[in-house]
Amino acid sequence: METGVAILIGLFFSVAVYLMLSKHLVRILLGIAILGNSVNMLIFTNGRLTREIPPLIPPHLYTPETLTANPLPQALVLTAIVISFSFFAFLLVLAFRAYQELETDEVNKMRVAEPENDQTPPQGY
Amino acid sequence: MRTVIFRTIAPYLAALMVLFSIFVLLRGHNEPGGGFIGGLIAASALAIYGIACGVASVRRAIVFHPMGISGFGLFIGALAGVLSFFKGQAFMTSQWLIFDFSGVEVALSTPLVFDIGVYLVVVGAIGSIALALEEREAD
Amino acid sequence: MTPAVIDDTTLYAVLAPFAAAVVAPFLTRWLKHNAAWPLALVPALIFAHFAGFIGPVSEGQTFVAAKAWAPSYVVNFSVYVDGLSTLFGLLISGIGTFIILYAGGYLKGHPQQGRFFSFLFLFMGAMLGLVLGNNLISLFIFWELTSITSFLLIGFDHLRAASRRAAIQALVVTGGGGLALLAGFILIIASTGEIEMSVLLSSPDIIKNSGLYLPIFLLVLGGAFTKSAQFPFHFWLPNAMEAPTPVSAYLHSATMVKAGVYMLMRMHPLLGDTELWTTVLPLFGGVTLLVGTILAVRQTDLKLMLAYTTVASLGLLVMLTGTSHEKALEGAVLYLLAHSLFKGALFMVAGTIDHEAGTRDITKLGGLRRAMPFTFAAGCLAGLSMAGLPPFIGFIAKEILYYGTSNIGDLGQLGVMITVVAVIGNALMLVIAAAVAIKPFFGPPVDTPKHAHEGPILLIAGPVLLSVTGIILGLIAHTTGVLFVGPTLSSLLGEFKQIDLHLIPTKFNAPVILSFITVGLGIALFTQIDKLRELIAAALKAIGWGPDKGFDQSISGIVSFAAWLTRLVQTGKMQTYMLLTFVFTAIAVLLPGFLTGSYPAMPKLPDYRFYEWGILLIAVLGLIAVLVARTRLTAIVSLGIQGFAVALIFMMFGAPDLSFTQFMVETLSVVILALVMTRLNLSPRDHRSLPARLVTGVVAVAVGLGLTLTLLAITQQPFDRTLSDFFTEFSRSIAHGRNIVNVILVDFRGFDTLGEIAVVVLAGLCVLALIRIRTRPDPETEPEPQSAQTAAKQTAEVR
Repeated sequence: METGVAILIGLFFSVAVYLMLSKHLVRILLGIAILGNSVNMLIFTNGRLTREIPPLIPPHLYTPETLTANPLPQALVLTAIVISFSFFAFLLVLAFRAYQELETDEVNKMRVAEPENDQTPPQGY
Repeated sequence: MRTVIFRTIAPYLAALMVLFSIFVLLRGHNEPGGGFIGGLIAASALAIYGIACGVASVRRAIVFHPMGISGFGLFIGALAGVLSFFKGQAFMTSQWLIFDFSGVEVALSTPLVFDIGVYLVVVGAIGSIALALEEREAD
Repeated sequence: MTPAVIDDTTLYAVLAPFAAAVVAPFLTRWLKHNAAWPLALVPALIFAHFAGFIGPVSEGQTFVAAKAWAPSYVVNFSVYVDGLSTLFGLLISGIGTFIILYAGGYLKGHPQQGRFFSFLFLFMGAMLGLVLGNNLISLFIFWELTSITSFLLIGFDHLRAASRRAAIQALVVTGGGGLALLAGFILIIASTGEIEMSVLLSSPDIIKNSGLYLPIFLLVLGGAFTKSAQFPFHFWLPNAMEAPTPVSAYLHSATMVKAGVYMLMRMHPLLGDTELWTTVLPLFGGVTLLVGTILAVRQTDLKLMLAYTTVASLGLLVMLTGTSHEKALEGAVLYLLAHSLFKGALFMVAGTIDHEAGTRDITKLGGLRRAMPFTFAAGCLAGLSMAGLPPFIGFIAKEILYYGTSNIGDLGQLGVMITVVAVIGNALMLVIAAAVAIKPFFGPPVDTPKHAHEGPILLIAGPVLLSVTGIILGLIAHTTGVLFVGPTLSSLLGEFKQIDLHLIPTKFNAPVILSFITVGLGIALFTQIDKLRELIAAALKAIGWGPDKGFDQSISGIVSFAAWLTRLVQTGKMQTYMLLTFVFTAIAVLLPGFLTGSYPAMPKLPDYRFYEWGILLIAVLGLIAVLVARTRLTAIVSLGIQGFAVALIFMMFGAPDLSFTQFMVETLSVVILALVMTRLNLSPRDHRSLPARLVTGVVAVAVGLGLTLTLLAITQQPFDRTLSDFFTEFSRSIAHGRNIVNVILVDFRGFDTLGEIAVVVLAGLCVLALIRIRTRPDPETEPEPQSAQTAAKQTAEVR
């Protein structure tokens, strides 16, 4: 059951990494969005896949009748989706503001924190 | 984007979505749903309303600043956990009050309060991000 | 004898200087330099408290007191009072009293005088805690505290680069040694299981038998030698003379530098009297003695001459402690006492001369005896004690130590060498004593930068009283022996000893002859001091390199290395960082399988239904579309497609909650992406060269492949459902909820969720802040603030 999804996840990761290694902000952002999805699916699949039976308890019982999908990774992934979205939004705005301030969308030209030809530190006391 | 049809429908659509989001939130403990999903639905409602009728009217409609709503959600989420201290139990031990309205059981519980906190946090934070970006669209 | 437990007064006595350190700045603001008078009461009272121990301790009693500090680590704030710690306690508080008074006069009108008092008191408390410390860990803490306060005091005049250099040097050397000491203490605790000094001392052979003797010995030595400025770590002490004179007199002659000697003496019953001990210590001590005296003769600056003789004296003390011979140890104790008194006094005399005459270069000083009679008297008395002439305590010390060294029969040749070194060292010491204490006062008056006159009472009191104490202790030699030397010697030997001291030698024997030789040699050398100085200067110039220069080289070497390494690791190119990160990710996921050969078994083709294949296909198409998208809109829409496909996959495997959430999130992502991207002229296309794309492609495929293989390997293992079963079973019965996922989120793992929604709130706040923030105006057009400008100017000047 997991095989097909596992291969798909590998593909997701490859695409995400490839995009994140670009030098343009937009592609990096797209890569990060996809990376979030890949990680979520990775966790989800690690908890094994069960087809179509959600982890719900019928109203007249105290435990489910049949084996349901694993609830634990679902709970973990649910919050992860929302958090990765919050961070995606944050990165998006960060990229947007960086583009406005530095007037470039190429990461290698963003050298505010680590300027080129930085001075050597003082040797005295 | 601001077609007449969209602008006319958007308020109703947004209101319906908010209503639906509260329904999803409240049934979350027993059926699919909950604070995260409800919050996202409500945040989308705000976003749609903002795109159609402008951010200013959304801000008027929700009265409080979205981050204020978000902070309040975090506050009552934490408060729901503190209640158990009064019974000498560990942080976030759930407390249940079950009322019986002529055969219909209504349960009030700290997990529900907590879930409402989650809902408010998500509506506030995500709504605030969406509105802030839409505002930049305007200027 | 087991130590008696006493009340906490002694603990408060140790803590009192810390309280005084808090009060001092306020008092100084109010009373100006006269604050020294009330402040000096603090060490005086501490002195009185320790004086109360003299009687019982001289009868062989010892005391302990303790308060729990960090009980879970068995770290107590505890004191151990015996002969050695009483002697040190009295020296620290007694000399401290005069130093506080002296500092009041010396730094009169200095804007930071209050801060200076504060530092002095901090040091005093640390030093008391060190010499009385019973618990090894708290002892170490006080040990390092003395290094830190010493750093603050040396660097007190922090606007001068020389001060800063000396301060850093002292901190690096003594702090580094402190770390060695800590390691030694930890080894002691680990090998013996004991942490209290008093317990260790009750079974003296415990470390020698532990098998870790050698490393413990070397590490403790590392701490003691750096603190007590033994060759080759001696260089920091003369440099520390950059500090104001009260500091030099207190820390760098009388007390702190003796902490290393204290440690050796304290450890003597535990570590001493072994072949290693009696070889290494005399060797280093002897070399230090000779190097110190020779370098002292070379100087013309009063303070530097005294500083080098301090190095020499410390060498002498280490050498004597290293003999483990009873009489030599007695000489060491006497010399320790004598040295603290005369060297403290001499430093203060030098400071007063500097303060009142404006220079401390002996070639520019002379005939001051009429202008400064009290200072002259104090200098003479202290100088004679240093020269080792009767009736001063310095004389008795020298007699006893000669007696000791000339009687080390079982050391044979080493004993003879020690004696020879001691004689040469003492002769040179006499030369310096004459140069420091006599030369500035005799001869015709010389014009000095300031018109010389006697200092105020605050400056005179200390040196006069200390040097007078030196002569009194010499005159009442027998009592000194019973009250101070005997008990301290008992601590060194680990058994109770009573001794009988006489001022006048009872027999005409070897020590007396050696004394005559010393004095004769000293006077002969003093007449030739200028030639001697030139000779040594020439020799040093020929060598041209010393540990002091080496320190500078190693510091600048470390800075250059750090700069080089930083530049190597931090290229400033994000692409490089990301590429390295992912290369190592790929290695991390691929390597274990490659090394162990545990690849997953060849999976069977899954039995998906046709629409399920369809969903997977949509996801793949979405991904490919993102990769090849040429316009912004296409990219955004394709991103949405893969996201919705993910939502469908969640739905397909029984996760409706996830599916809904994913749908909402993808919708919102597309919306906000569209909102931002439509306003920017950002290009979604790849503009890199083909080789660059190939490299990243290979890395990307490696990461994906590695994760797929890992995931397959994991899912082929049997699955542990314990946790999931727990949640499933108790979701309704305990938590009253039928949606297990939601119950986990808001109840079972509610605390996690609380943390996560806090993160969401923070992300929201950050986004708002980022959008609202505006670039500050161009700094070049804006006038620079005044303070920043002056600061920049100062930095430039300093450089």
